[in-house]
Order: sequence, then structure tokens, then C-alpha cells
Amino acid sequence: MAREMKLRTRTQEGQVEILVLVNHPMETGLRKDKASGKPIPAHYIRELQVELNGKLLADVKIGISMSENPLLGFRSTVAKNGDKLKVSWKDNLGESGTAEAVVDVS
Amino acid sequence: MNPITRRTFLKGSLASGVLAVAAGAGLVKPTSVLAASWPQSAFEAKGIDDALKALYGSASAAESSAITIKAPIQAENGAVVPIAVSTSLPGVESIAVLVKENAQPLVAAATLNGAAGYFSARMKMGKTSDVKVVVKAQGKLHTATQQIKVTVGGCGG
Repeated sequence: MAREMKLRTRTQEGQVEILVLVNHPMETGLRKDKASGKPIPAHYIRELQVELNGKLLADVKIGISMSENPLLGFRSTVAKNGDKLKVSWKDNLGESGTAEAVVDVS
Repeated sequence: MNPITRRTFLKGSLASGVLAVAAGAGLVKPTSVLAASWPQSAFEAKGIDDALKALYGSASAAESSAITIKAPIQAENGAVVPIAVSTSLPGVESIAVLVKENAQPLVAAATLNGAAGYFSARMKMGKTSDVKVVVKAQGKLHTATQQIKVTVGGCGG
């Protein structure tokens, strides 16, 4: 949807590293608005899946201790150039997003 | 002639049966990719042990030297603390990261399916704390811990 996502692949220590960035406020629900003193409602990504060529590679469950604009890294020993990557996420308010990319470590 | 013989009737019902199965599979597919549901009790747990029990059914994990935590010893900004976990353990099923002193310690739990034993993320830390990493490999729990100091106020003191 509206939130920007970035997907990047690179070679690290002989493996293909997949980096996923999602622009998301990751509001914990514990913070208070300084001006009004009212708590800011929780709004955070709860799950994120990475698929490699249509097969689930990683399924991450996420809590409020994850930073704003989460950057997640995964590695694969079998991924190669041209492989299809798909990342999808869902947050606690039902918002979701998907991004696709192709492995490119040349 | 009777337009609906037994044979044509069977053919027709078989075909529609196959169609129904195909439609059913099509409907099920998107959700099956989403695997297990979000483990609320694990994330809402206030302590590491409770979170691990809710997540893996057990809080006892053996210290392992095969787990490497790459994280700063001192983090200037507690809102963004990078951490990378790698392990040489075979058959890694899941990697979980927990910050002991956080209100809700469980940062993330990654279930890996054919991926290498590696997971990196950026986490929030309220204050200086032990960061515990739990790796589930071949059905067993392994753990490693590192303390990360968080500079309050960001003055580098």
C-alpha cells in the first residue's frame, strides 16, 4: 500500500543476504503525546513473510520492541541471480503491504 | 432418449467436484502462506522466561558458542540498535531476539524455512540491558547473551 518498502540483495560471507526495509512508525502504544498527554495508540507491524520463488523462506513475528522503519536481514545459501523475492507484511491495525524484487548479486 | 443418463450425470458431477476443489485450493492458498498466527501471549509477556515459554513451550535453553551476536557494546541511540545473529548450528528452525529490560522483551521471532542461520534487525532499547538470542535448531533451544549499554540523553557520557 502506501508505505514505502525497499528490498535489496547482496553477497555477504558467501551467502545471499536479503535486506527488507519497511517505512512504518512502529508506535508502541506506551508513548504519550507530549502536548496533549494522551497516549499514542499502538501501531506496529506484527508479521512479515519473505518468499523466495513462491516458497516461504522466513516468517517473522514482530513486537513493539522493533525499531521504527524496521530493517530486517535474512540469508540464503541457495538463492541466485534472477530468483524472485516477495515480501509481505501486516500490522496490528490491518494495514498491509507487499513488495517484489529479483535477486541481483552480480 | 433421456438427456441425463447415469454416465453424463457422473461426468458432470465429477467435473464440478474438481472445480470446487480447485476453487477451494485457490481460496486457501493466500492464507496458508501466512503460516502461524501472531503469538500474542509471547509478545505481551513482561519477562524473558514467560515470553520464551509462550513462544517455544520452554524457557530452558543451553548456552551455545555456535551463536554469534553482532551488536554494538554501547548504543548511542536506544531507539535504533542494530543486531545481527548468525549461527553455525545445523537445522535452524527459528531465531528469537529478546531485550531483557524492555516492557515487552520479545523483539521478533523469525521462523526460517530453508534460509541460512542468520537474522538481523534493529530494535528499541529502553535502557542498558542484556539482549538474549534464542535459536531453535533440530528441536532444541540454544541461547547466547550480550549486554548492550544504552547512553541516556545521547551525550556520549
